Amino acid sequence: MESSILTLLIFVPVAGAVLMLFFAMLYGKENAHYYKWIAAITTGIQLVLAGILYLNFDPALSITESPFTVQLNWITHFNIQYFLGVDGLSIPMVLLTALLSFICIISSWKIEKQALGYFSLFLLLDAGMMGVFLSMDFFLFYIFWEVMLLPMYFLIGIWGGPQRMYAAIKFFLYTLFGSVFMLLALLALYYYSDPHTFSLITLIQTVGSIDATLWGLSVKYLIWMALFIGFAIKVPIVPFHTWLPLAHVEAPTAVSVILAGVLLKMGTYGFLRISYPLLPGEMVNFAYILAVLGVINIIWGATNAIAQIDLKKMVAYSSVSHMGYVLLGIAAAISDSPAGAQAGMNGALMQMFNHGTITAMLFLLVGMLYDRTHHRWIVFPNDYEKPELAGQQGFGGLGAKVPVYTGFVAFAFFAGLGLPALSGFISEAMCFIGGFSVFRTLTIIATLGILLNAIYFLRAYQRIFLGPLNETYKDLPDITHRELFTIIPLAALILFFGVYPAPLLDMISPAMDGIIKIVQSVI
Amino acid sequence: MSNLSSLSFYIPELIIITAILLVIVLDVIPVCKKYTFPLSLGAILLASVFLWQSYGESHGLFMGMISIDPFSHFFKMIFLLSTFSIILISRYEKQLDSNYSAEYNALLLIVLLGMFLMSSSINLIMIYLSIELVSIPSYILAGMLKNDKESNEASLKYVIFGSFASGLMLFGLSILYGITGSTDIGVITAALQAIEYPLSIYFPLILILVGFGYKISMVPFHFWTPDVYEGAPTPITAFLSVAPKAAGFAILIRVFYTMFTLEGSVSATLPLTNINWPTLIAVASAVTMTLGNLLAVQQEDVKRLLAYSTISHVGFMLMAFAIISPDAVRAIMLYLFIYLFMNLAAFYMAIFASNKLNAHHINDWDGLSRKNPVLCAFMALTLISLTGLPPTAGFVGKFYIFAELFKHQQFYWLAVVAILNSVVSLYYYFKIIKSMYLVDVEGEVNKIEAHPVVNWSIILFSAQNILFFIYWEPLIGFIEKSINLWSG
Repeated sequence: MESSILTLLIFVPVAGAVLMLFFAMLYGKENAHYYKWIAAITTGIQLVLAGILYLNFDPALSITESPFTVQLNWITHFNIQYFLGVDGLSIPMVLLTALLSFICIISSWKIEKQALGYFSLFLLLDAGMMGVFLSMDFFLFYIFWEVMLLPMYFLIGIWGGPQRMYAAIKFFLYTLFGSVFMLLALLALYYYSDPHTFSLITLIQTVGSIDATLWGLSVKYLIWMALFIGFAIKVPIVPFHTWLPLAHVEAPTAVSVILAGVLLKMGTYGFLRISYPLLPGEMVNFAYILAVLGVINIIWGATNAIAQIDLKKMVAYSSVSHMGYVLLGIAAAISDSPAGAQAGMNGALMQMFNHGTITAMLFLLVGMLYDRTHHRWIVFPNDYEKPELAGQQGFGGLGAKVPVYTGFVAFAFFAGLGLPALSGFISEAMCFIGGFSVFRTLTIIATLGILLNAIYFLRAYQRIFLGPLNETYKDLPDITHRELFTIIPLAALILFFGVYPAPLLDMISPAMDGIIKIVQSVI
Repeated sequence: MSNLSSLSFYIPELIIITAILLVIVLDVIPVCKKYTFPLSLGAILLASVFLWQSYGESHGLFMGMISIDPFSHFFKMIFLLSTFSIILISRYEKQLDSNYSAEYNALLLIVLLGMFLMSSSINLIMIYLSIELVSIPSYILAGMLKNDKESNEASLKYVIFGSFASGLMLFGLSILYGITGSTDIGVITAALQAIEYPLSIYFPLILILVGFGYKISMVPFHFWTPDVYEGAPTPITAFLSVAPKAAGFAILIRVFYTMFTLEGSVSATLPLTNINWPTLIAVASAVTMTLGNLLAVQQEDVKRLLAYSTISHVGFMLMAFAIISPDAVRAIMLYLFIYLFMNLAAFYMAIFASNKLNAHHINDWDGLSRKNPVLCAFMALTLISLTGLPPTAGFVGKFYIFAELFKHQQFYWLAVVAILNSVVSLYYYFKIIKSMYLVDVEGEVNKIEAHPVVNWSIILFSAQNILFFIYWEPLIGFIEKSINLWSG
């Protein structure tokens, strides 16, 4: 059981997608009803499996010692292995993926357009994401990394907004551009290391001895650069971020949730899983630049968010800003004070998890508003299609009309701006503590981000929910039970980890200590 | 081996020759005309059986004109499979006049014979003759639509470019004969090792490369490709884009590895002293894939788009050809094998679309996924494979080629060029996917069914793209066994 649980986590959704195809062949495609139930049950099973994994997980064990690890030969000719494992670094991401996938299926309940395609692609996306977080073989990791792009392309491109085709191909081209460089890095790592292997665990020992040069630069440096391009586009690090707001605005709600909640984390996960352990020396050299980029992300994302009049785009830019904290925390691993390094690294991983839950909640709430009102302009743009509305406030005074919904939005906004007692605060503070121990000035600038976050969240809240009620929305229905079902688990997690982060911290810190040890050994 | 005793090792070719003659004879007898189609298919099947039985044998036949070896067997299997499939599918192509079907099948069988010879020639004269035996029927096949202006244009362009290229090649071959005094590749190899002035070898080498480069449509000898591919009947386009290209690569590998390397065999690792043709190939490869891709981006006609994309695939294969090593040959053979399936599947889908919907322009494909969801799903798989993304066999092919560059630590710049090219190719392949899936069509959509033969051809060929991704080890093992040239 224990050794098959990781395989099941990846392939249960695939089985669900295949089952749907059988249903389509047997009963015709019209029965949209079956597909969402199959999707909900499969992701439900996956969530239960993730729960079992969590209950049996022992953070003290490394990948090689863990009972969950699976290591089988796939293509012996290239020494490619089917190598899955879970440790403190991947388990929060696995839990997050399972939880968000389930929630997204529930939130997509109303999808009518080509339900078979939507739900089966969603399950494939789910499988791809799971695979990325569980793969311990670089080749396998790369496969899942790319496999995930295909369903994403279709999900944005078919079920998205008016500019969906442009957004879908832009997303695909950007991320593919990054990942093809990763393919080069992967091959270079394979052929320069001795013995030739793709195993991320073995590579930790063997990469250090590479001392070849190419084009006057060290090969390790070039590999690091190639990996950096791949991960930076995914995070996204400014200036590689332009695909993100577009993709978010055009994507359907559930896809935005996955995009912001899970996909962005893969970039920083890649830094932690691959760049740090394999190339600690290069990572240390670049830590300062990484911190600078992180601060730019924080400030740039936040200032852009302030300028947005589209609520969803604002939330999208807030993601850019929040991922900046993760970068700052990651860079803090070079800190000479052990407490600082620990705070930074643990804070970064916690921020990845917490931002996943917070942003998912934000996007779900934005989606609910859009479902009811069919627009999400905080202020209508000046060139709006209905000239009488141009420049006017999009909403206003909804607070009195939909109090429960407003309450949850307030909760999510406060979580987003980092209010103490909500989980975002803890992880952001830890990133700052870590960052401050190394990069004083940068961290001081970065804290401005908190202020900027508050500006756009509070202003959006005020414009949408406070003031006199906009008469157009006098019949606006409040949140439904199904919608409550999707956001309450997230809200509970945000509150719980805001008050008592110890369970999360205990789970991840041994793994992060391992990475810090590798980093400190090269300084 | 003497002529008479050679014949017993020559059964597959003899079967094809008999079939060609029979088809031509039966065509004149009105009652028997309808048997030419099953006869052609039957002959190919029979030839495959005999070919399979003799797999692994290695002989020189007809007094050193032709060699039979696992390497040529591998390519012959590709030729048989693609010709069989093309003859089968051509029957269901609306454009083709069924009155000429016997003629058409006979020509395809002649090309097949020519390709058999191409993959196993070991004598300069045989090399030239076999290339002409493939080219001349191809010119006619491209012009098979007698009343279609574009088809006629295609045929004429093909003739002009083809004769020019083969003229240059013949010139190159004759210089080589002048230098070495022999037409036998083995003798030439030995003689070339002793040549002191590399310049005198460069000249014939480049001229020979023109001839071969034209056959595989390597830039700058590619100009005929888009026009011929667009004008020719679609099954012929599919055929030309796969089989003669594979034959071109077979002869390219055989000639260059035996004549222009130090070891003079397929296990060679170094080029002939002072002759740096790998760099020449590397540059040609970079230019080929980049130009093919950039031109494909602008295309709005599906056939033309696929034509340019085949040019870029050739660039990819040449990338491995720039590395002299048996593993690189293996990578090319693997890529060719996978390319056979994905390219044929894509062209078959174009046949389906043009027959049923009269769709040529990409916009004509709008909303096709709702008219035939099953075929479109497989087409999407094929296009993903052509782009080279996992989880498809196209990725495996590209991976092996990249791996060769890294393994031999050569031409890293080429790897970067290639990787950027595969991003570009995403854009135009997904234009088709966009049309099929993303574009909304208004109103009612009627389901369109393909003829079962077309339907299953597309499905079977596309399915390989996922199959060879999940487990390609046996395939690579088979190819490994096939990298074995007959020598002396």
